[in-house]
Amino acid sequence: MSLCPNPREALRTAAKERVLIFDGAFGTQIQDRKLTEADYAGELGLKADQKGNNDILALTRPDVIADITRAYLDAGSDVISTNTFSANRISQADYAAEDQVAAINIASAKIARALADEYAEKDAANGLDCPRFVAGAIGPTNKTLSLSPDVEDPGFREISFDELVAVYKEQAEALIEGGADFILIETVFDTLNAKAGVMAVKQLEADLGRDVPVMISMTLTDLSGRNLSGHTVEAFWYAVRHANPVTIGLNCSFGADQLRPHVQVLSGIADTLLMAYPNAGLPNELGEYDEMPATTAGLVKQWAVNGQANILGGCCGSSPSHIKAIADAVAGVAPRAVPSAPTEMRLAGLEPFVVAA
Amino acid sequence: MNQNNTARFINIGERTNVTGSARFKKLVMADDYAAAVEVARQQVENGAQVIDVNMDEGLLDAEHAMTTFLKLIAAEPDIARVPVMVDSSKWDVIEAGLKCVSGKPIVNSISMKEGEAPFLEQARLCMAYGAAVVVMAFDETGQADTKARKIEICKRAYDLLVAEGFPPEDIIFDPNIFAVATGIEDHDRYGLDFLEAVREIKAQCPHAKTSGGLSNLSFSFRGNETVRRAMHSVFLYHAIPAGLDMAIVNAGQLDVYDTIDPELRDACEDVILMRPLPGGSAHESATERLIALAESYKGKSVADEKAAEEWRGWEVKRRLEHALVKGIDAHVVADTEEARAALEASGGRPIEVIEGPLMDGMNVVGDLFGSGKMFLPQVVKSARVMKKAVAHLIPHIEDEKEEGARAKGTIIMATVKGDVHDIGKNIVGVVLQCNGYEVIDMGVMVPWQDIIKAAKDHDADMIGLSGLITPSLDEMVTVAEEMQLAGMTMPLLIGGATTSKVHTALRIDPKYDGPVIHVLDASRAVGVASKLLSDTQRDGFVTEVADQYTAVRDARAGKAEKQLMSLSEARANYYDAYLSDKPAPPLKPGIHVFDDWPLEKLREYIDWTPFFRAWELHGNYPAILQDDVVGESARSLKADADAMLDQIVSEKWLTARGVCGMWPCARDGDDVIIHRVNREEHVRLPFLRQQIKKSRDRANMCLSDFIDPDGDWIGGFAVGIHGIEGHSARFQADKDDYSDILLKALADRFAEAFAEALHQHVRTDLWGYAPGEQLTNLALIKEEYRGIRPAPGYPACPDHSLKPTLFELLDAEVNTGLNLTENFAMYPTAAVSGFYFGHPESQYFGVAKIGRDQLEDYAQRRGVDLALAERWLRPNL
Repeated sequence: MSLCPNPREALRTAAKERVLIFDGAFGTQIQDRKLTEADYAGELGLKADQKGNNDILALTRPDVIADITRAYLDAGSDVISTNTFSANRISQADYAAEDQVAAINIASAKIARALADEYAEKDAANGLDCPRFVAGAIGPTNKTLSLSPDVEDPGFREISFDELVAVYKEQAEALIEGGADFILIETVFDTLNAKAGVMAVKQLEADLGRDVPVMISMTLTDLSGRNLSGHTVEAFWYAVRHANPVTIGLNCSFGADQLRPHVQVLSGIADTLLMAYPNAGLPNELGEYDEMPATTAGLVKQWAVNGQANILGGCCGSSPSHIKAIADAVAGVAPRAVPSAPTEMRLAGLEPFVVAA
Repeated sequence: MNQNNTARFINIGERTNVTGSARFKKLVMADDYAAAVEVARQQVENGAQVIDVNMDEGLLDAEHAMTTFLKLIAAEPDIARVPVMVDSSKWDVIEAGLKCVSGKPIVNSISMKEGEAPFLEQARLCMAYGAAVVVMAFDETGQADTKARKIEICKRAYDLLVAEGFPPEDIIFDPNIFAVATGIEDHDRYGLDFLEAVREIKAQCPHAKTSGGLSNLSFSFRGNETVRRAMHSVFLYHAIPAGLDMAIVNAGQLDVYDTIDPELRDACEDVILMRPLPGGSAHESATERLIALAESYKGKSVADEKAAEEWRGWEVKRRLEHALVKGIDAHVVADTEEARAALEASGGRPIEVIEGPLMDGMNVVGDLFGSGKMFLPQVVKSARVMKKAVAHLIPHIEDEKEEGARAKGTIIMATVKGDVHDIGKNIVGVVLQCNGYEVIDMGVMVPWQDIIKAAKDHDADMIGLSGLITPSLDEMVTVAEEMQLAGMTMPLLIGGATTSKVHTALRIDPKYDGPVIHVLDASRAVGVASKLLSDTQRDGFVTEVADQYTAVRDARAGKAEKQLMSLSEARANYYDAYLSDKPAPPLKPGIHVFDDWPLEKLREYIDWTPFFRAWELHGNYPAILQDDVVGESARSLKADADAMLDQIVSEKWLTARGVCGMWPCARDGDDVIIHRVNREEHVRLPFLRQQIKKSRDRANMCLSDFIDPDGDWIGGFAVGIHGIEGHSARFQADKDDYSDILLKALADRFAEAFAEALHQHVRTDLWGYAPGEQLTNLALIKEEYRGIRPAPGYPACPDHSLKPTLFELLDAEVNTGLNLTENFAMYPTAAVSGFYFGHPESQYFGVAKIGRDQLEDYAQRRGVDLALAERWLRPNL
């Protein structure tokens, strides 16, 4: 279905020309529409209340998801994500919707695919060569492979590596079936979860007999630049570099202002495209994001100007206005040149360890 | 080895390898993983850049041991910071391990032992898991022993891997280090073959690395550590320039090449490099010479066990300083006497011991504390040493009838009237004394008259007030007012858990014209005192603080009651609990008295985090024990606390007495009416409601919201820990503030633990609404149970004056021996009391600010005049 037979190469080619634009948050956009339980539940007849299960809207209110996606495409997104952050067996269990996992992901990916293709064709009709890409989004789940939920028993784990691989694989397979170009393993707070995600995609590649490019995006939980499992940005990159990801980057975390030094570090070592989509600032006392589009755009523009980013977008609190502001701000700015990395053994604990050649 | 070589060479720790460490094997076999984790920590501390984990032992379930251990060290940031080498001869064990490692590890090892197909399959999996890999020089026909075989196998493996897409930089060859000097002539070349093979493999396989397990080399010299260390060091000295990139080695047990006894070093070198002996005798090979030489090193421990006691050999002044800084009191009296006698012999006076070496030592302590390199528990230990030294000198000083050392200043310290809490005050007192101030400690429950009199009598430089409960805030205002009336001008210092800069600025500072300073914690006390007593800094500091307080007041003036709702609005926005969920009536209603709850049981319920906070060590237990900054301090404090707990429990120092009761009740507006069996009059418990404007649909809560107007149940409890006085007096007599504060802090912990244990007993048995509850201590600390136990004087129920009512309901004075002061502090101090609410939606909240309307309403409900209610609720007004 994709217009691009080789999305990995197509994305790289497009990213050589200009700074590309990712999309923004779905959650706050959905919230603004004040949907009711009936909107969420639809005719599915599931046993639990569905209100708050944003991902299931792909089945029950596909028009809402399509509207939001369209708004991001109108704002200038080159890469749009599927609204599937929680569309995995673990998260859907909270809504007794485990059996819908495949259906949600397929439907979500189809919505995004159809719109991406529509916009690309529209551009082509206007004489513009502007491919649009679909990133099938996979969230971290609320389970962690590296940490024990019980401080008294630090060796305990709520889930095993193999179980999580199976959960991710089910989702990734459905996303690809629905037409996603990439699998976006995002908001990685636990590096081992991300490694399970990579393993799932590798197994899927073996099943399909073709390349399934991944995008990986880490989230930081403290200002010193570590995620929840304790990895620094460099250690994280070395721990997932075997995935040969088409993009590596950072999302969520804090606002762009606080993320700046970590984007800089990653940009210096990552020999692949760099994608960053921070929150729209830090939440205020009421837990609301109130950073203005122009502010966010001004901050992330600086990364583009410094040659540190290939793809920019927004996470929590960002809206189509933010994306539009970012697209306008970076128009004409030269994209980051992907550096080549010397051949070195790069190991990692929580901290990086490079063995000189 | 010289520095340049080690810099680019990687030490892989081998102590977490059951085949390399007997001790580690024993720990794992005994399931003592906590100690096993410590082995890993030591390795990293000793400089291991990668740690090798191997569980290949016939009697172990290696897969289980591997995953258990890897998960445990993942939780230890100072271990997990380095990469792991997952080491096993069984692929299943390796793969299970890879599923637990979050960074990029090394697999050790795979080989072509079973042929190319399984070798490549395992290599592909290593790539999928994201791991580098050690490839053993092993093929279908066996392990490579000669130089030629080593090179041939490694090159073949390299070509296969690279063709498969394996990154060449992630390949590490282990061309097998075998034992030399075995007495078998065929083995003599093993060392040299390895060195030469390494050089060739590096040349033929671009980007690949080499490694080896060092301990095999010296296998013939088991039990002779000196010789083994020398052999390993010498081997590395030659292997690193040949291209060896890493070795599995006990990082703490390598000698510096240049410091090895030259005779031994030469002998090792001759063996490893197969050097012909100079003027070699036909009857003595290099091996024989090393074996003969080894005899003379047998049983010698290189580690000098005396090193720890080395300081005892220093001159006395330095010994005193060391004892103070390290808090070691074992020799301090003898050392002080030695210093005194020496001074006397040279015509000096005893006081000079204090003014000289002791104060010098304490200055070092003060500097280290001030710069954050020492922490409170250590400082208090230092103070103990100091006090013992001074106590020894006092009789000599008095004999001479000389003036005492001139203190930097005199400070009156007191816990104000109505309050009995003194841990914080004692800590500040000790810290000030350590820094050369004279502290007149007036104890607890001190009325303002006594404080002012003492300040005049002692010609004090300043007064420090302390308090823990909220009514003490008011008492401090009174002291300030009286100081003003008395025409005093000396600075007034305010400290204690409920005090704050805001309260000091708004309520205390305006009452007294002299400087009023809020001191946040003990570490600030010295800085504040020294500035106030400095001719040059005093005025600037006082003005600066006064300006800050003015700014606080100005900021407040603008805000006032703007965000408060009216009481009727707040009541309309009450918390609508689902009352059908209310708990069933208690299985065992009425009063239950516990005269002596076993201390060893309570010990299990202790929440340690507040204990460390009392010592100004901030962080959550148990993570605090491993904290980079305060971990060492915290571990040492915990060890002392555990030792004292052992004594408290085994020698029964303390008695835990408690009472609880459950009564039928009903909600009446914001009150809860308790119906007592066989009593005419009901008991009214008035509660306060939040009046702050809430965002979104959050309720304005009041505790009575959790009680059904149509009939419900409520409980109450009081627990206290008796018996510290005798021990406390004993410690004080022994100049041992450290143990005294420790004991008080532990008694507090016992009281809280008792409250926790009793609450659980109530939930599971007496009230019995949660009979099947199974919670760990951590879950208890995190309040994961159903129901709450708010205490009068705390945020959900801020009026301390409900305590007399609660005590009367429980007949607590008789049943627990607890008394209340006029400001409603409980005595003994280590005590907790509160109410039980059993509704599943009941939760803690803070009442925070209330309006005049509620104050007036409350006074009426409470049956007291407005002024009294205002005094009780001042912190919330």
